[in-house]
Amino acid sequence: MHMADALISPAVGGAMLAVAAGLAVYSIHKIQNDMDEKKIPLMGVTGAFVFAAQMINFSIPATGSSGHIVGALLLAALLGPYAAFLSIASVLLIQALFFADGGLLAYGANVFNMGFFACFLAYPLIYRGFTGKGYSAKKIFLASLISVVVALQLSAFCVVLETLLSGKTELPFATFLLFMQPVHLAIGVVEGLVTAAILIFVWKSRPEILERAASGQALGALPLKKILAGFAAAIIVTGGALSWFASAHPDGLEWSVFKTTGATELETGESLHETLSSIQERTAFLPDYNFRAPAQEAATEAEDEAVWPSINSGTSVSGIIGSAVMLVFAVLLGGFIHLVKRRNQRLST
Amino acid sequence: MSNLTNSLYNLRQMDDLADQDTLIHRIHPLVKLLLTLFYLIVVVSFDRYEIIRLIPLCFYPLIVFSLAELPLAPLAKKILIVQPFIIGAGVLNPLFDSQTVVFAGLTFSRGWLTFISIFIKSSLTVAATLLLIATTGMHRLAAALRLLRIPRLFVLQLLLTYRYISVLGEEANRLFRAYSLRAPRQKGVHHRAWGSLAGQLLLRTLDRAQRVYQAMALRGFTGEYFSGAPPRLRLADLLYLILWAAFFLLVRFVDIPSLLGSLLIGASA
Repeated sequence: MHMADALISPAVGGAMLAVAAGLAVYSIHKIQNDMDEKKIPLMGVTGAFVFAAQMINFSIPATGSSGHIVGALLLAALLGPYAAFLSIASVLLIQALFFADGGLLAYGANVFNMGFFACFLAYPLIYRGFTGKGYSAKKIFLASLISVVVALQLSAFCVVLETLLSGKTELPFATFLLFMQPVHLAIGVVEGLVTAAILIFVWKSRPEILERAASGQALGALPLKKILAGFAAAIIVTGGALSWFASAHPDGLEWSVFKTTGATELETGESLHETLSSIQERTAFLPDYNFRAPAQEAATEAEDEAVWPSINSGTSVSGIIGSAVMLVFAVLLGGFIHLVKRRNQRLST
Repeated sequence: MSNLTNSLYNLRQMDDLADQDTLIHRIHPLVKLLLTLFYLIVVVSFDRYEIIRLIPLCFYPLIVFSLAELPLAPLAKKILIVQPFIIGAGVLNPLFDSQTVVFAGLTFSRGWLTFISIFIKSSLTVAATLLLIATTGMHRLAAALRLLRIPRLFVLQLLLTYRYISVLGEEANRLFRAYSLRAPRQKGVHHRAWGSLAGQLLLRTLDRAQRVYQAMALRGFTGEYFSGAPPRLRLADLLYLILWAAFFLLVRFVDIPSLLGSLLIGASA
C-alpha cells in the first residue's frame, strides 16, 4: 500500500502532498478547538501503538498465512477522525524516513490513501452510522469490518489511479486494477476482523474509552464541499507549478518523437489515454507537461516502430560511455573521501 | 515478532548515526531537508525511458555518504530491502511494452528501459531519504519542520510518536514473547487472541499515555515542547545548498554523460 518515490511523478506527488497538507491543517484546526494539552501525548502514544501493531502478524484461520493492519480506522475509533489522521500521518512520516517505506515525495499520496478514506469517509459515514446510537459487540463488528473494507478498496483504487497518472510503469490500468482490488479485499477483511476484535475487547473491558472518543466530536457537520473546493485549488496550483518545473524542457521520448517526425504529438490509440489526455488538454495550465507521457506512450505501434530504431546510435554510445565514466568517477571520489577521512581519524587517535 | 525487534534496532542505529559530528552532520537541518526534497523531485522528473542522464545524480548520495562517514553495510541493506517491491512493480514492464529498441547495436524490449530507469530512481531516492535522516536525526529534522512553519501540534506529536515507538515496542515485544512461549510453533497470533493480545497492548498504551501526561504536567508541560534555539544558518550551509542545487539543475537540463562521452570518443578518434 505504501507508494514509493520512484513510481510517482512530481506533479502527482506534489498535488497529493498539497491535499494531505490541507487535510492536516484542517484537522489541526478542528482539534485545537476541543483540545487540551492532554491529548497530545495520547496521540503520540497511540501513533506508536499503531506502529507496533502493524508489526504483529495475525495468523489467518485456515490459510496458513498471516496479515497485518494499517490501523487508521482503529485510531479513528479511539481518537476521533482528526487526531487519528494526524497520528497516521506521523507514523507514515517515520516509516518513510527511517525505513524508506513509502517515499518523501509520495508521502502526501500515502497519507491521503491510508488516512483520508478511513478517517474522513469510512469513519463518519459507516462506522458512526452503525455505532451512532450506542455500542454493542455486533454493531462494532459490522461497523469495523465494513468500514475497513470500503476504506481499503477506495485507497487501493487511489493507488492505481495515482500510479497511472504518474505514468512510471507500463501496467495497463485494467490489469493493475484487477490485481489490486481483490488483493485489498482480502487484506481489508482481515484488517476489519482484527480491528473489530480489538475494539470489542476494549469496549468490553473499558467501555468508557470508546464512549468518550465518540462523544467528543460533532461529525454531522463535516463541511465536505468547502474541503473539496480547497483541495481542488491546491491541486491545480501545485500540480501546475511542479509540472512546469518537471518538463520545461522536452526530453526523452517526446524529444525523440519530435526529432524524427517533426511533431511532438502522435495520434493516440487507446481510449482511456485518449480521454485522459483530452481532459488534460482542456484543464492543464501548461498543456505541454510531464504526465502526458502515457498518452504519447499509447502511440500506434507502426509509428512507434518507425520512431524507436532510428535513435542515433552514435549519441547513445557516447551517452553510455559518458555515464560509465561518470559512475566510476563518482564511486572513486566517494571512496577517496572515505579513505582520507579514515586516515585522518587514525592519525588523530 | 522479529519484525518489531528489527525495527527498534533500526531506529536506534539511525539515532546513533545521526549523533556523529561530521561536515554533513553539521549542515543546517533545513538546508538538508530542502536539498533532499529538491533532489527527489529532480530524480523523478526524468522521463521513464531515461537511464543515462540519471547517472550523474549518483554523485550526491555517494559524496554525502562518504563525507558523513557512515557505515556502508547497514545503509546498503536498507536500500536493498526496499527494492523487491520496486522490482515487483517494474518487472512486468518488459512484458507489457515489448516493442524493441535498438540501443548501441543491441536490440531489446523497451520495457527493460523503463524497468532499469525505475530501479535506478528507486535506489537514488531511497538512498537520499535515508541519508537525510542518518545525518540529521529526528530532533533536528523536527526543528527544520518548525522553521518551515509546519504547525507545532503536528511536529510535537511526531516527536512523541517517535519517542514512544521504542518504549511501546519493548512492551509489545514482551507481550508477544510471552504469547509465543505459550503458543509454540505457531505462525502469528491465533484468531482467538487477536482482540485480547492487541487489545491488552492498547489498554496498556492508553494507561501509559495517562502516566506520561501526568509526568509531563508535573514537569511543567503546557503544550509546548522546548528544544532550545533553532540552529543558525551559516555561510557554509548556504554554499552547500547553492552548489548542490546548481549541480542538480545542471544535470537536469544538460546531458552531461553524452557530452562527456562524445568528448572522449572524439579525443580517441
